[in-house]
Amino acid sequence: MAAKPKLHYFNGRGRMEPIRWLLAAAGVEFEEEFLETSKDLEKLRNDGSLMFQQVPMVEIDGMKLVQCRAILNYIAAKYNLYGKDTKERALIDMYIEGVADLNEVYIHLILTPPSEKAAKITEIKDKTTNRYLPAFEKVLKSHGQDYLVGNRLSRADIHLVELLYTVEELDPSLLANFPLLKALKARISNLPTVKKFLQPGSPRKPPMDEKNLAKAKEIFHLK
Amino acid sequence: MAAKPKLCYFRGRGRMESIRWLLAAAGVEFEEEFIETREQYEKLQKDGRLLFGQVPLVEMDGMVLTQTKAILSYLAAKYDLYGKDLKERVRVDMYADGTLDLMMMIALAAFKTPGEKEENLALVVKKAKTCYFPAFEKILKDHGEDFLVGNKFSWADVQLLEAILMVEELDASVLSDFPLLKVVCEQPHKAQEAMNRDKDFSKICLQAFKTRISSIPTIKKFLQPGSQRKLPPDSHYVKTVRKVLQL
Repeated sequence: MAAKPKLHYFNGRGRMEPIRWLLAAAGVEFEEEFLETSKDLEKLRNDGSLMFQQVPMVEIDGMKLVQCRAILNYIAAKYNLYGKDTKERALIDMYIEGVADLNEVYIHLILTPPSEKAAKITEIKDKTTNRYLPAFEKVLKSHGQDYLVGNRLSRADIHLVELLYTVEELDPSLLANFPLLKALKARISNLPTVKKFLQPGSPRKPPMDEKNLAKAKEIFHLK
Repeated sequence: MAAKPKLCYFRGRGRMESIRWLLAAAGVEFEEEFIETREQYEKLQKDGRLLFGQVPLVEMDGMVLTQTKAILSYLAAKYDLYGKDLKERVRVDMYADGTLDLMMMIALAAFKTPGEKEENLALVVKKAKTCYFPAFEKILKDHGEDFLVGNKFSWADVQLLEAILMVEELDASVLSDFPLLKVVCEQPHKAQEAMNRDKDFSKICLQAFKTRISSIPTIKKFLQPGSQRKLPPDSHYVKTVRKVLQL
């Protein structure tokens, strides 16, 4: 029987969370090895386990994979969540790159100095409600189907719903004017594998708090 | 006959250059619409051609595609430059993403203040020398093949060549710092000895990789003056982008 995938990262969301969501949605059990100190990261580097000296790293199918997009592409293709042909794949890729771009802004919010935080939050909210969410609402409206691409569940739905939860955590009112997105969120959340992942005690990580932020900064030598 | 792909972007490298490289490497002719004014940009947005209000934009095969990586993946798959199976594909993705990260640092540095720009570019050269290029040299050394993945030309090879040339523009000596390469480049008489000892020696370093990939006919053509390859960002380019995007 194949070994479970093993995720190497710190004990927080960061850039590993979309990978956890996708594996969970695909019903794949996985193990996690958490970096606790910068020495742990050094050890992985010295072992030659990190191709570009960075995490996330996922051990899966005899490989040590780095680069989030590469890892997610592999998982999506392996578990049939990547559309039925290259054209559907192109649409999926376009949508998820948009999700990744917005998620990046949310990830960095925690690193924003307190004096700049209010301005940053305004910027994030503006991008969310004026650029990204309208685009996805329009896609759903254009075909009236239950899923973003090909009338079938794909990674695009998973990544977008993950983002919607993140948006909601910042401010639930941001979703107010997007009924189709709210419906998608409810629908995807009800899928058995996703429902399980959303329960307490799952590998899903909570938002970053001050204690975890200090730890992450130490591990990655961030200021 | 299918229409040529149409690229819409500024007249410069930015986030479109890797797409130009891949199309050129695949021997695919393409057209370009250059954005020069704010009005042009606003029209694109109003026409609904930009999903997230951003370029690059590529129109091909009846699709209106944005997001650089989505476009690159589509092209790689379409022109059989993505490996033969899922395990090869993930390696192509890993290597391509690594080089894209490096090249994006260079592209973004053009928009920083002079002091910051210098600092960022120095960091890029350092990362290339200590992290990225050693990783690729090891891959080539370990399998001794001509190409990064599956003994066959792929998107990963195109990206790596593009990245090598971009970093060399910042520091011409960047490849000669590698121990293996030092022999080949600085002591050619010793290189001949080494090569005579092991005829595969010449295949296993980045300098040889660069020469080899540059000689592929489609790539050679793209590297000639007059091709659609764009120049490094200059002040005119930065000014145009700032004006159009209101940065």
